[in-house]
Amino acid sequence: MAGTDRYTIVLELNVNGEMRRAAARPADLLLDVLRDSFGLTGAKPGCLNGDCGACTVLVDGWPMKSCLMLAVEAEGKAVTTVEGLKNTAVQREFVDKFAFQCGYCTPGFVMNVYGLAHLRPDADEHTVKDWLQSNICRCTGYEEIRDAVVSVLQRRASSAADAAVAEDATNAADGAVDSPMRKGSAANGSDT
Amino acid sequence: MIPYNFDYYAPATVAEAAALFQRLDAEGKQPLYYSGGTEIITIGRINRIYTEAVIDLKRIPDCRQAAVQSGKLVLGSALTLSELYDSRVFPLLGETGAGVADRTSRNKITFGGNICSKFIYREAVLPLLLTDSEVRIAGPGGARQTPIAEAFDGQLRLGRGEFVVQTVTDESYARMPYVTIKKRKVAAIDYPLVTVAALRTSEGIRIAFSGVCAFPFRSQAVERMLNRRELPLRDRIDQSIALFPAPVISDIKGSAAYRELVLKLVMEQTMRALGGE
Repeated sequence: MAGTDRYTIVLELNVNGEMRRAAARPADLLLDVLRDSFGLTGAKPGCLNGDCGACTVLVDGWPMKSCLMLAVEAEGKAVTTVEGLKNTAVQREFVDKFAFQCGYCTPGFVMNVYGLAHLRPDADEHTVKDWLQSNICRCTGYEEIRDAVVSVLQRRASSAADAAVAEDATNAADGAVDSPMRKGSAANGSDT
Repeated sequence: MIPYNFDYYAPATVAEAAALFQRLDAEGKQPLYYSGGTEIITIGRINRIYTEAVIDLKRIPDCRQAAVQSGKLVLGSALTLSELYDSRVFPLLGETGAGVADRTSRNKITFGGNICSKFIYREAVLPLLLTDSEVRIAGPGGARQTPIAEAFDGQLRLGRGEFVVQTVTDESYARMPYVTIKKRKVAAIDYPLVTVAALRTSEGIRIAFSGVCAFPFRSQAVERMLNRRELPLRDRIDQSIALFPAPVISDIKGSAAYRELVLKLVMEQTMRALGGE
């Protein structure tokens, strides 16, 4: 691309709890910087049009399609990719419920469900469906994915009191809420 | 990947954003205001929009405001559709916006961006039309507040370098009975065949449409006809469609005849739900 050097900037992003630096263009997508600059290939390029959800990550705890976000927009925010989750309940339930087939869509689903479980732990059927419609599984493993979500939410409900206390402490430590209207935020590192 | 370069600016005030636009425009950078940015990114990716500078409005506090001031609901243009839905501050707006794209995308798509979309649907404008809201607009020439009925004629009429800062809605509208229905061709996530939003006020039922004609609209003539209760409901619906400001569109999602059939069913459902039979 002609004249790209003139547009190169140094980005400093908080990714999975670490400050990372990358030389990028302001026009570069978050998805491309995560994959090409940081080697975090968990977020998958799919439609690159905001339709499939394979590239979903968390930004300040909220599911975000990283193909619909410029990397420069993420400065000052906490980005979490699937590499930032370590044997969480969501991941374990996806395994236990066989909620994947080829696996390409799985990181996007996992990040969306992780956000759902933290931000809407009391989600009803309508809310679960509404959130899951953001992701496409071409292998059509939707029932198993839904089963995994239901199981995660039920486990959270059954240990709600302890989890809520731990969650509040984690979120407070991460300080990730930036919206005047949002309540809470799914942050890095807790075990859902 | 976006196949061209641009500079990124994130001004902190409305005045700074307007001044930036004026300067960048004078330098030939073809600047664009950037809010959620989803449309600029997806259209830019296929080279159907070009810019050498984007001006991100999300860090301007006025554009992120959500407040009630003297009985008026003030909503910033950079609030996302998910935030509007979750907050329940204006349920008709929140639910109409919740029909756009999918939940994760709505975490990024903003209220102002939807209203100013290049696509024909702009469904978030329907509640503003129904509630006689006003729009606060700013640009290099200063700020102004304009009734939505004057500012929106199929699309928002903005002068060069102007952008939407906020909308202002009488809070009483947020408590009135409403209906919002979106019908798509097949999928759960798609542009509409028909979107109808309606509100019941003490004077009668107000109704606005998207996806039916080539632009969203609310029509006084249509509402007068629909509120003529001395006529059977289906007659009122038939006659009101004849008063639409433009032809019913025919495209890959549905022929005009099919769209009109769906429209009639949705209008009947809407009128009955609001006690307008």
